[in-house]
Amino acid sequence: MSKSLRFLLPLALFVALVALLFFGLGTDPRKVPSPLVGKPVPQFTLPTLQDPKRTVSDADLRGQVSLVNVWFSTCVSCRAEHRQLMAIAKESGVQIVGLNWKDDKPDALQMLRQFGNPYHVVAFDEDGRVGIDWGVYGAPETFVIDRKGTIRYKQIGPIDQAVWQETLRPIVDQLKAES
Amino acid sequence: MKARQKRLLFVALGIAGVGAAAAMALNALRSNIAYFFSPSQVLAREAPADHVFRLGGLVETGTLQRQPDGLTLTFVVTDNAEKVKVSYTGILPDLFSEGRGVVTKGKLGNDGVFYAEEVLAKHDEEYMPPEVAATLKPHSDAAKALDAAQKATKASQVATQ
Amino acid sequence: MIPEIGHFALILALALALVQAIFPLAGSFTGSRAWMGMARPLAWGQFTFTLLALAALGQAFLTDDFSVAYVAHNSNSLLPDMYKVSAVWGAHEGSLLLWATLLAAWGAAVATFSRALPLAVIARVISVQGMVSIGFLLFMLLTSNPFDRIFPMPPEGRDLNPLLQDFGLAIHPPMLYMGYVGFSVAFAFAIAALIGGRLDAAWARWSRPWTTVAWIFLTIGIALGSWWAYYELGWGGWWFWDPVENASLMPWLVGTALIHSLAVTEKRGAFKSWTVLLAISAFSLSLLGTFLVRSGVLTSVHAFATDPTRGTFILIFLCVVIGGSLVLYAWRAPSVSTGGGFTLVSRESFLLANNLLLTLFAALVLFGTLAPLIYEAMAWGKISVGFPWFNMMFLAVMPFLALFMGIGHLARWKQDEPGRLARQLWIAFALSVAVTALAFLPGISAGHATVPLGIGLAAWLTFSHLTGLYERLRHKRGLRGALADLTGNSRSYYGMLLAHLGVAVLIVGITMVSHFGVEKDVRMSPGASQEVAGYRFQFEGAQAVNGPNYRAHRGRFLVFEGDRQIAVLEPEKRAYLTGGMPMTEAAILPGLTRDLYVSLGEAVDQQGDWALRLYYKPYVRWIWLGAIFMGLGGLLALSDRRYRTAKQRVQAGDTIGAAGTARI
Repeated sequence: MSKSLRFLLPLALFVALVALLFFGLGTDPRKVPSPLVGKPVPQFTLPTLQDPKRTVSDADLRGQVSLVNVWFSTCVSCRAEHRQLMAIAKESGVQIVGLNWKDDKPDALQMLRQFGNPYHVVAFDEDGRVGIDWGVYGAPETFVIDRKGTIRYKQIGPIDQAVWQETLRPIVDQLKAES
Repeated sequence: MKARQKRLLFVALGIAGVGAAAAMALNALRSNIAYFFSPSQVLAREAPADHVFRLGGLVETGTLQRQPDGLTLTFVVTDNAEKVKVSYTGILPDLFSEGRGVVTKGKLGNDGVFYAEEVLAKHDEEYMPPEVAATLKPHSDAAKALDAAQKATKASQVATQ
Repeated sequence: MIPEIGHFALILALALALVQAIFPLAGSFTGSRAWMGMARPLAWGQFTFTLLALAALGQAFLTDDFSVAYVAHNSNSLLPDMYKVSAVWGAHEGSLLLWATLLAAWGAAVATFSRALPLAVIARVISVQGMVSIGFLLFMLLTSNPFDRIFPMPPEGRDLNPLLQDFGLAIHPPMLYMGYVGFSVAFAFAIAALIGGRLDAAWARWSRPWTTVAWIFLTIGIALGSWWAYYELGWGGWWFWDPVENASLMPWLVGTALIHSLAVTEKRGAFKSWTVLLAISAFSLSLLGTFLVRSGVLTSVHAFATDPTRGTFILIFLCVVIGGSLVLYAWRAPSVSTGGGFTLVSRESFLLANNLLLTLFAALVLFGTLAPLIYEAMAWGKISVGFPWFNMMFLAVMPFLALFMGIGHLARWKQDEPGRLARQLWIAFALSVAVTALAFLPGISAGHATVPLGIGLAAWLTFSHLTGLYERLRHKRGLRGALADLTGNSRSYYGMLLAHLGVAVLIVGITMVSHFGVEKDVRMSPGASQEVAGYRFQFEGAQAVNGPNYRAHRGRFLVFEGDRQIAVLEPEKRAYLTGGMPMTEAAILPGLTRDLYVSLGEAVDQQGDWALRLYYKPYVRWIWLGAIFMGLGGLLALSDRRYRTAKQRVQAGDTIGAAGTARI
């Protein structure tokens, strides 16, 4: 009966809309894991932030479990997570390597002086090319690297205690237990 | 006219009306949407030659130059594989800066320069537009498709000429 | 401690909402007065606890409690107190709490101001509201808890986005949400009616005032957003067809159709199922808007932080609420009698025509907003749909809307003769044509055909409504008669008049500013002058200044009209201390017939030259003035004595079967 069909039309349109929106959610980029996960760290050599004559390279990321933290001084979320990084450095014994991304050296040094330095060493990526290799699109981002130098996880966004306890720490503990 | 015929007439008119509206809307849409292209796609001639489209990528560091008239700016947009020079006359949005992502809207000139009508900076200082992120190529051979950035959490600005 | 109380309050509110959703509704079927009687206290209880939670969050902000993650992310000890309060709803979690509180508030209001309604009706309506509340409270507690703590506690908060530190933007979300959430009442009434299986004039009469209030808030909320964008973003724009703006416009369009449709259902018993559908759609669009803003599906200037989990939750919620109501509609609506018939030329058909036009435009806006997603889903490419398309759609629909608006208010219910209408309106029509023709003169139209169109339509609306007013007053005795009319039972007529005139004012504003606005990007040296639309702007240079939480460059402009200096404008370019983002503070000289507007771009060289933008914006304030008229018109209509004496007309009964006689 065309009369009843007419009343089903809104529902049908709504179903089509929902299908479209579900699709939209599925393509949300945050759901796609980084394709670098499972791959070895990209090769790089960069001067350190504090001493341009010293260098840090991908070789420094082999032999122990590390976190590579991408940050820059005017990034507000980076400042917000800084305290947590200090706590992680002190308590967990995991090596945190900083990747200072497209920053002003004096500003970066000032931030470390002001808020403390949780980093074992900081690589100074002035033009951001190394960041591109790592698939960095913003800050803060943190990569978890295993002993063999393979990227095992990428954390997008700041790390607070919840993120550390519930997400990153279990991964770090598991990687430490691996031979 | 009988009630039934009247009803049928209304229904027919209604369908015709909706059809006409849809046709008009879709037609207008075709000529008014702006597709997004990366510099590589532009150089591969995938972008339309005489139609407005959007070009996005990273603003290459060191390429932002102000022209002698004081208002025209040129800069280079790159996806790490190819580059396109962009010319824009007007005031850039506050969130525009070298090394960050940008989306511009305009037309490609015969000289290969992209003449932008609008420069959009729909992101905050920390992340870049997803369309840009999705088309950036890696600097080395490491990874192919790269994951896109977190979307903006803050309001931002659009500069129009 | 306080945040924990707030958290606990939310859990209690959820528990109450669960009971509220089930028992009164069940009671309305079993006839249990005890269960039905629970509705009102439950609604008040839910409101009390959600309000408590909101107050707890507010307190956390005012005391700089940065151990609460939400406070740490959105506030700062340097923030002025007023903005600490508005920061409560400045981001996702807090704005959800505001939504939930307002939802509970409307529920409590319905519980309080509905003494005249049959208990079964109230029970069902409040149950439906409870169901919606469950969704929001659950959403918050599961995915977006504003009371989550953050360890270690940061010493200082991250600053609130400087763009949000503004009075206009502080009250814009509450206004909007009052509108969105207010449509939940019409929605609940509609669902209750469908459940009860009977729709009649009484239902429409009860729903009308609630819907009108929601509509007024939404109108003002949208206007505030537009006004804010104009003066705060620095680029002189007042509407961007941004997905989030569209998300607020769509419920407004459907809401406008709804309030008119309710009028027909109340007076003539017609359009019943259509009105119910509109009531469902208006609120559904409000929910859809919530989804679009928070899910990351569409990129937008306004979008909150996105998270696929949250997006999925809301989408499922949408499916349940909207899908459920549409299933109910498909099942129950056909059995509702269609009520009074009407001829082709009658007030009903003009109202119907405009209802369809409003709905069509809302559908077009929805399509345009979702088009990028559709294209991506079909792998047709990444597109954006901008101004030109939306403007074209607006221009295609608006003239017909205005045309019918001019006739409809004069047409008789049920049946009218074209001849009679023509006789009444031919003068107004002729005058409008004359005005349109005048506007075609090159000096006035500046070559755009849309200028005469806009002016002509506004003239048509004005003249036709003045005609209607004249006809009406002619039958009253003199001025005293007219005043009695105003204070008597006809406030709804004057409300309609004011609101429709508001549309005319809006059209004038949009037409004038779109075509005669001037925007000049220039580079100026200190001491230089620039002429824009007959005004001379003299740049006196820029100097560095310090604000409470920012550093800025402030430019100084002397504005001359002829030889007379009329203003000093001082636009600023600010850099906030805690966030690196620079901000443009435009300087505006407002006026009823024109705004003059200056914004700084950037310093061009070391000699003090600046790239900047000068604007001449004629009649831009008429846009918001039109919206204010509409809101006031709604308020006037609302204060009509009919609503305050409606309680006498309701008979006791178990379902919405009250035999309210339809007023002609």
